[in-house]
Amino acid sequence: MAGDLIYLSVDEARDLLDRREVSSVELTEAHLARIEAVEDRVKAFITATPEQAREGARLADERIAAGAAATFTGIPITLKDVLCTRDAPTTAGSQILRDFLPPYDATAVARLREQGAVFVGKSNTDEFAMGSSTENSSFHTTRNPWDLARVPGGSSGGPIAAVAAGEAIVGLGSETGGSVRQPAGFCGIVGLKTTYGRISRYGLIAFASSLDQIGPATRTVADCAHTLGAIAGHDPADSTSAPVPVPDYRAALTGDIKGLRVGVPREYFDQGLEPGVEAAVRQGLRVIEGLGAELVEISLPTSLSGLPTYYIIAPAEASANLARYDGVKYGLSVPRGDLLATYLATRRAGFGAEVKRRIMLGTYALSSGYYDAYYVKAQKVRTLIKAEFDRAFGRDDGADGRAAGVVDVIIAPTSPTTAFRIGERSDDPYAMYMADVLTIPANLAGIPSVAVPCGFADGLPVSLQVMGPAFAEDLILRVAEAYERSTDWTARRPPLDGAPREAIVGSGV
Amino acid sequence: MALTDEQVEYVATLARLGLSDEERARLREQLSSILGHIDRLRELDTSAIPPTAQVIPLDPVLRDDIARPSLTLEQVLANAPRSENGFIRVNAILDEE
Repeated sequence: MAGDLIYLSVDEARDLLDRREVSSVELTEAHLARIEAVEDRVKAFITATPEQAREGARLADERIAAGAAATFTGIPITLKDVLCTRDAPTTAGSQILRDFLPPYDATAVARLREQGAVFVGKSNTDEFAMGSSTENSSFHTTRNPWDLARVPGGSSGGPIAAVAAGEAIVGLGSETGGSVRQPAGFCGIVGLKTTYGRISRYGLIAFASSLDQIGPATRTVADCAHTLGAIAGHDPADSTSAPVPVPDYRAALTGDIKGLRVGVPREYFDQGLEPGVEAAVRQGLRVIEGLGAELVEISLPTSLSGLPTYYIIAPAEASANLARYDGVKYGLSVPRGDLLATYLATRRAGFGAEVKRRIMLGTYALSSGYYDAYYVKAQKVRTLIKAEFDRAFGRDDGADGRAAGVVDVIIAPTSPTTAFRIGERSDDPYAMYMADVLTIPANLAGIPSVAVPCGFADGLPVSLQVMGPAFAEDLILRVAEAYERSTDWTARRPPLDGAPREAIVGSGV
Repeated sequence: MALTDEQVEYVATLARLGLSDEERARLREQLSSILGHIDRLRELDTSAIPPTAQVIPLDPVLRDDIARPSLTLEQVLANAPRSENGFIRVNAILDEE
């Protein structure tokens, strides 16, 4: 029975719960048993919370019995450990917060909790979400469920691997430069980066405030739509959350993409793509064309400047945001004779190598004499990158609605490669940064993008991303779901239960 | 852009980051290399381009100044490394007298 209760979609679980065929306690116990069974191999969690989950499930069953169930009542969810929870430690993957128990829930967490969701645990992340592999977590490295010798991607590798391994139905991650889409692609699930401002960041531990967004990590596009619907929308506690209405994202999944113009940016295929990645994405594009969409080759040359631009803006903002970890108000403290010595000792002991690297890089970029050459320069390039997307989507001033070359969505590979081996890039920071070269432009432009599995290369998942104009999450999800319907990639499960990988991935592309 | 040891030490002091000798040497090398990649941006002419601090149009957001229930003192101090009589304890930064 327990084996049948993992790998359910939100709709399937909702149906079983509402018809009382399964209780939330049973559904939750099945996921806790799955965590027990695979966690020593996958290592997706920093803090599993079985007691809180059991209590949540009991309350959910009462609510279902009272006929008051919401979409997520009784559904097991895992949260990346950068989302504050009032009933579980929140570490950000860092020793400096290893004992931190937040006094409140993040708004996205609170909205799911109000619906009666069941939280099974806080999942792994690169320290302060700075990384592309979870190797920068100060606790442990999460393994890719498709190949335990490989990284799950990052920084949201914990929730992503947990969802891919059947340890939760839904995960919440966060993105600053691809930290949901890239691991979702590496682990063969769906990951969404929303428009900047779409989801409240209240209670999300800050990394780079002009970029950070919370994002759903799910096995299907429909689950992604449900999750976004539950957490999106304005929040008075976050003045950067946009007062834009939240449509019914689930209802937007009509399967109809006939006549849509799909931009295919040639530069995104020219970034050291592995041949198997390119083949799978090109095959995916043919499927989308077969559904009645029109493929239009476009050029986004400024996107290529996204990576260096990001590695100024994100560290600069991080250096300011992480100034708060001073050993005084909360978190690790290493007391010394005077205050300055306490700061230096606390931050030396509490931060890992990548966090120190980014604080240094960011402080340098903001320091007197270098501010204009680096930080202001990067902000100007961001203007160019955003303007280039605006033109492609016909959103620039004076644009002719359906001018030649104007597209509805843009499709590109999510990452240039499949999941790399643990340790393979940890000695070369910039090689690690390159893992995000294709995801970062959407973050800088603030536009939404959803990563969806599109096949396998050498037995490892490959992913394509669908980017759209600001606040067009309904449109990109519709395209991703129409594609998902005509393939079975999101139905494939990683080989954690003894089945040989070859039998699961078939002939690959 | 190759950084000197003095620059690394200066930036570490600005960032209030204690570094070991080994960390300082490694960071000098790594940051120089990363800045080498970043310096590629100089090739883009941005002289007439305004900077973008963040990407969505937002008017200044103000709320009415109304007192509301907030966290209790106990909740606020629960994570403080050192507290005393409802205050966070911190080293003196001025000489006594």
